[in-house]
Amino acid sequence: MRININLARKLVFIYCLVCFVHQHSLSTILYVGEKEQFSGIKKALAASNNGDTIIITKGIYKEGNIVIDKSVCLLGRDMPVLDGELKYEILSIKKDSVTIKGLRLQNSGRSAMNDPGAIKIYNASYILIENNYLHNNFFGIFLQYATHCIIKNNTLKASQKEEYQSGNGIHCWKSDSLQVIGNRIYGHRDGIYFEFVTHSVIWRNIAHFNLRYGLHFMFSHQNAYITNYFKSNGAGVAVMFTKKVIMINNTFEENWGDAAYGVLFKELSDCYLSGNRFYRNTTGIFFDGSNRITAERNLFKSNGWGMRIQANCMDNKISRNNFMGNIFDVTTNGTLTLNEFSENYWDKYEGYDLDKDKIGDVPFHPLSLFSVIVERNPPAMLLFRSFMVSLMDKSEKIVPSLTPETFVDNKPCMVPHDI
Amino acid sequence: MRRILKYVILDIIKNKTIIAYTIMLALFSWGTFALEDNVSKSLLSLLNIILLIVPLMSVLFATIYVYNSSEFIELLVSQPVKRSKIWNALFTGLSISLIIAYLVGAGIPLLLFSDTGTALIMIAAGSLLSAIFVAVAFLSSIITRDKAKGIGISIMLWLYFSLLFDGLVLFLFFQFSDYPIEKIVVLLSALSPVDLFRILVLLQLDISDMMGYAGAVFEKFFGNQWGLLISFTLLALWIIIPFYLSLKKFKKKNL
Repeated sequence: MRININLARKLVFIYCLVCFVHQHSLSTILYVGEKEQFSGIKKALAASNNGDTIIITKGIYKEGNIVIDKSVCLLGRDMPVLDGELKYEILSIKKDSVTIKGLRLQNSGRSAMNDPGAIKIYNASYILIENNYLHNNFFGIFLQYATHCIIKNNTLKASQKEEYQSGNGIHCWKSDSLQVIGNRIYGHRDGIYFEFVTHSVIWRNIAHFNLRYGLHFMFSHQNAYITNYFKSNGAGVAVMFTKKVIMINNTFEENWGDAAYGVLFKELSDCYLSGNRFYRNTTGIFFDGSNRITAERNLFKSNGWGMRIQANCMDNKISRNNFMGNIFDVTTNGTLTLNEFSENYWDKYEGYDLDKDKIGDVPFHPLSLFSVIVERNPPAMLLFRSFMVSLMDKSEKIVPSLTPETFVDNKPCMVPHDI
Repeated sequence: MRRILKYVILDIIKNKTIIAYTIMLALFSWGTFALEDNVSKSLLSLLNIILLIVPLMSVLFATIYVYNSSEFIELLVSQPVKRSKIWNALFTGLSISLIIAYLVGAGIPLLLFSDTGTALIMIAAGSLLSAIFVAVAFLSSIITRDKAKGIGISIMLWLYFSLLFDGLVLFLFFQFSDYPIEKIVVLLSALSPVDLFRILVLLQLDISDMMGYAGAVFEKFFGNQWGLLISFTLLALWIIIPFYLSLKKFKKKNL
């Protein structure tokens, strides 16, 4: 009996080993290039099986639309160029477990009818897109109904002048469990665009000088945005209709313009913001209809408005942030305030601290009279810095009458937080 | 005329008030630039000070000077000199010496610390502002013979331009907030030299994006070369018109 069991074990092991080797012996490497075994990518794809690797050597490939309907690994050696000739979608991925690495994809077709992208994923999972350089495409990387995909260390550049001529850099639609890591996106319409994307992580991306938004998402719940950098995008970052978003350690910089925001929160709830930095934006954060958001340890520096909270927001906790060198720290458009401010550092605070606990003894009213006037009547900004306005602000600080009494930080910090 | 001018300038430059004014401006400007590490912020603080002090100083000093030199003027009138020449020389002398004070006090630190474009605009507009309020002072001092009354009128005019006018504009904003009055208000603001100066500098500092629609209108109107030309022409008109009125009166005045 004992021998039999041992024998059975050995047989199973050998069988497994054989299977393993067998399978591996089936997966082959196909070379594409001028002097290689295949002259074109399409030919290599036709000859390949699931699990094969196709290595594309240096050269320019103009093969129109390439449909990948096998689980293959597409590797570029010395950045081969795949050109869409401004007519075709370059790579269409329609099968799970595909890897695209080290390619230069350029000049994808332009069409508002079917939104061609340099790489477009249709209903597929476990796709890895890594180390590619995408230049002058309509959409860069387009995912629809994709799950468990990784988009990593790609560089996307486009140079269209108008929004309608341009697609988004990384565009994801109805997807789940994505990882968007370390990409650089420049000159597209939106840098990163999510719609109905859940449980995803967006980490270490740089989106700058895009025509519209650096980051734009809607109905994309439970995502985390960590250490991203958004600079000088046409209208900053706008996020809408979403629950449970986490934003940590992102930087929003130089989004300056009439309708540009560091971040625009429209109908967002249950979110957590920490360690984010807002520099030189017209508006650092704009809250509109947003509830139960915790914002702590963020830095608002040299913005026009640090934060604008519309009166339709409630139960937001703004605590332990630094407000420095903003023209207006905070404004609101109503008299009712249902948000809580505590332990923030305000550089405009003029109170004192007798018991030396680093918390000011006098509550701080961050709302200046002029900011209330401007909120109600934006053209009044023309009077900014006039003597009369300074006088009004000073008198309001001494005897508050027009600004809402409840808009107050009861524990203003005397020294800036270490952020 | 040149002799009178020379005499007036030499007389004023020796004046202790002007020296004190220069030193005060210099202290404020060097102080704001030294205390604040952010240039645009210190520019804004300096703007506030200049908008308040330069008009006040110009208008008060000029008014008092004109009243104090009434005997000198009478003496000159008895000589074979044209009245317009006397008045012109007096005005030019006062303006030049106040402008020199402004240039030495605020101009040098502005050129040193801020970017050249903004500094040049602030220097040009500030010099014009000095001249404007000298012209206003001439007008108010010619209206009445009584020195106290004349100084009172000057102070009232200064108060009007630096404070009441803005109040009126704000009042208009609220009264007509339901109507598209931005363009009208923009034009209206151009009617006060102090406001015009302030907005010119603000446009330099990129604040216009925060002014919403009115800012866009203003940027479109004053932001380009033509706008600059127009606003400086307007500022020049603010010198010419009050001075011309005062000159007309002075020519016919029974001293």
